[in-house]
Amino acid sequence: MLSIPLAGISIPFLSKKQNQRANITLLLLFSSVFNVAAMDESSRNDMKLELRLAPPGAEEQQHWGFINGIRTTTTKRDESSVLSLGYFPHATITTTTTTSSSSQAAALPLHNNNADKKVANTAVPNTSQKRTAPGPVVGWPPIRSFRKNLANSSSSSKSPPPPPEHHNKVVVGGGGGGGGKGMFVKINMDGVPIGRKVDLNAYDSYENLSNAVDQLFKGLLAAQRDSSGGGVNKLQEEEKVITGLLDGSGEYTLVYEDNEGDRMLVGDVPWHMFVSTVKRLRVLKSSELSAFTLGGKQDKDAT
Amino acid sequence: MNYFPDEVIEHIFEYVGSHRDRNALSLVCRSWYRIERCTREKVFIGNCYSITPERLIQRFPSLKSLTLKGKPHFADFSLVPHGWGGFVYPWIEALAKGKVALEELRLKRMVVSDESLELLSRAFPNFKSLVLVSCEEFTTDGLAAIAANCKWLRELDLQENEVDDHKGQWLSCFPDSCTSLVSLNFACLKGEINTGVLERLVARSPNLKSLRLNRSVPLDALQRILARAPQLVDLGVGSLVHDPAMETFAKLMTTMNKCKSITSLSGFLEVTPRCLTAMYPILPKLTSLNLSYAAGIPGSDLIKLIRHCKKLQRLWIMDSIGDKGLGVVANTCKELQELRVFPSDNIGQHAAVTEKGLVAISMGCPKLHSLLYFCHQMTNAALITVAKNCPNFIRFRLAILDATKPDPDTNQPLDEGFGAIVQSCRRLRRLSLSGQLTDKVFLYIGMYAEQLEMLSIAFAGESDKGMLYVLNGCKKLRKLEIRDCPFGNTALLTDVGKYETMRSLWMSSCEVTVGACKVLAMKMPRLNVEIFNENEPADCEPDDVQKVEKMYLYRTLAGKRKDAPEYVWTL
Repeated sequence: MLSIPLAGISIPFLSKKQNQRANITLLLLFSSVFNVAAMDESSRNDMKLELRLAPPGAEEQQHWGFINGIRTTTTKRDESSVLSLGYFPHATITTTTTTSSSSQAAALPLHNNNADKKVANTAVPNTSQKRTAPGPVVGWPPIRSFRKNLANSSSSSKSPPPPPEHHNKVVVGGGGGGGGKGMFVKINMDGVPIGRKVDLNAYDSYENLSNAVDQLFKGLLAAQRDSSGGGVNKLQEEEKVITGLLDGSGEYTLVYEDNEGDRMLVGDVPWHMFVSTVKRLRVLKSSELSAFTLGGKQDKDAT
Repeated sequence: MNYFPDEVIEHIFEYVGSHRDRNALSLVCRSWYRIERCTREKVFIGNCYSITPERLIQRFPSLKSLTLKGKPHFADFSLVPHGWGGFVYPWIEALAKGKVALEELRLKRMVVSDESLELLSRAFPNFKSLVLVSCEEFTTDGLAAIAANCKWLRELDLQENEVDDHKGQWLSCFPDSCTSLVSLNFACLKGEINTGVLERLVARSPNLKSLRLNRSVPLDALQRILARAPQLVDLGVGSLVHDPAMETFAKLMTTMNKCKSITSLSGFLEVTPRCLTAMYPILPKLTSLNLSYAAGIPGSDLIKLIRHCKKLQRLWIMDSIGDKGLGVVANTCKELQELRVFPSDNIGQHAAVTEKGLVAISMGCPKLHSLLYFCHQMTNAALITVAKNCPNFIRFRLAILDATKPDPDTNQPLDEGFGAIVQSCRRLRRLSLSGQLTDKVFLYIGMYAEQLEMLSIAFAGESDKGMLYVLNGCKKLRKLEIRDCPFGNTALLTDVGKYETMRSLWMSSCEVTVGACKVLAMKMPRLNVEIFNENEPADCEPDDVQKVEKMYLYRTLAGKRKDAPEYVWTL
């Protein structure tokens, strides 16, 4: 049956939703050209079903079909074609390590990364697009993050490595497994004795990180203020939102320690560069900023 | 049997080691249950939330060795969000309180804090062996406590853990009186260690059989260490990088010649390919070789090396060896039983492995029973050939890098190929699928895979029928993990009793709804049905019709767990 191979169109500067709408529009345009009436009843029904963005109701069987030969139930059988809509990132990258492709990530606009991650992660209406694994997908290929981090730190120490100075050797790219999957760094906040850990790979922008920091600490911060209270109740109304972490406008500012041991303001370098050099994060009181020597270092870790 | 005195039965039970056999013994009759529980020293708990430590201690008063597994397997691939659970501290605390004479603790995918290691090191005077695999949260401070306080420590084995390296002198914490080490593996540590301290430790450990170093140990230190430990059986080289002083290298070769007992070699976290020649003296005796951490070794060097390894039984290697290299393996390693081929970072397709390599292996290595194979493509014909050549597979895990790729020759799904595998390999216990797959493959699995215990499915199937074939057919199924498949509520709810016969079920990005999970939880009170609610605010009750992004259910006698993070809803 008909298989219209155009639902793989992705327009990079559009968001995923906009892309979906674009695809639907195009599909509707073309379907009228291709004489839908020529299809038989069942495939028209399928098409009717599939034109929705939400999956058909949970009846008996759901047939999954994909375009671009990635997955289709229709090719060798007599079943009707199932038109799927969706946003297919057209890159068919098979490896998923993001570090070697960190420059690649820089080339792709942030929207794409968002969409890719959303495709894999969120409970968005389950359209067929999630069944494919065209671009980098979370957790595929199934390699332990330890191994991925190892690969990343090895590739950053180019071969042949320079003759090692035995007692002063810096573990290149080691540390926190820079840039690999599952990249957890510690984050401490002034006034909160318990630190947290954040997975930097879960965010693709400073804004998301800033929101995450707010989420992580506002509860703890409120608990600190409210320490005279009885229980450990999180009174939602009393939790102040932590804002202005990046532009210096808020009560707190986000800084980080990089792989050279220096304290740096978060936000200066492109995100992927930040991710590959950050070792730990700190949320400082903005008033204390001038008290710290940014760019200096208290205690040296690696030499 | 009840006229045998207990002492005789006890004596007989001493010969029964495997925990499965022991479990079977305990079910025979009450007196056997009683005798068995009193004499059992080793216990394996596949899911740390399936039972409380108190209950365990109550049943097995002679407990000496405990193995615990925490997070679900897919946590290895970043599918389980941070903070899910698997904390070992409550276990160690309970064991300490219960005055258990713990000697051995083996943990996998658990959260191990420094406090737990501290407590472990102090609470059990006879503690001898700590094995941590894929664990996290501890630092070298915790290791320092173990080194300092465990007087009779024999084994400290750290495999692929995420360790915060405080660069403290944890190795120095082994007192001079510690001479009992048999196995020391710190390959996963990223920081510097004091090589002098390490040398002295090795020198006073005459029983040391297994030593795996991290990348901070340079070539000259390696040579000095090996010179002191010619009795080593298992060696993990940290770093094998060119030393400008040539005599160091020559010294290393001489020392390697003296290491007549090494049969297992691994590591190479940093390696200059031409330094590999230092290893040649020991290659002919090797039965186990792990080069899968060594990125950047060209295929040609790997091939040269492999030609010397005629006795290999286990080989872990990168796909840079290529199909041709696998052909060499097939010609050389006739004793091969386990093969793992990992994907290297290079996008250079020509160096990677395809179905051809696997077919070559199957033709040359009839004893092969365990396989983990990352490849760029696979064909039905190849799988059918492999199935014919190697009917002894116990573990067969195939990961095609493009997860839904069909047979490139015929453009068909890989149903027939995997069907041949399950039909031919009657002893298959573990199977991981990939490639384009319809419901048919699950029909085959349900029909033929009678011994199957663990099945991993990703991006496969067409309808609920697929999952139902598996649940109905595989009587011995214990772990089922599914991601991104169109299996929904019907499949989930058709046979709810099945899940109590299994350890766990993982379903993510499938078609299961919250409502169905609630129904399941209600019908089966001895299951914990957890759904992960990562994107909604914590206090927002999800709609019954909403699809569940991640669900993990497991049988348990411990009830709802109290340490679940906010995003986990136990229904």
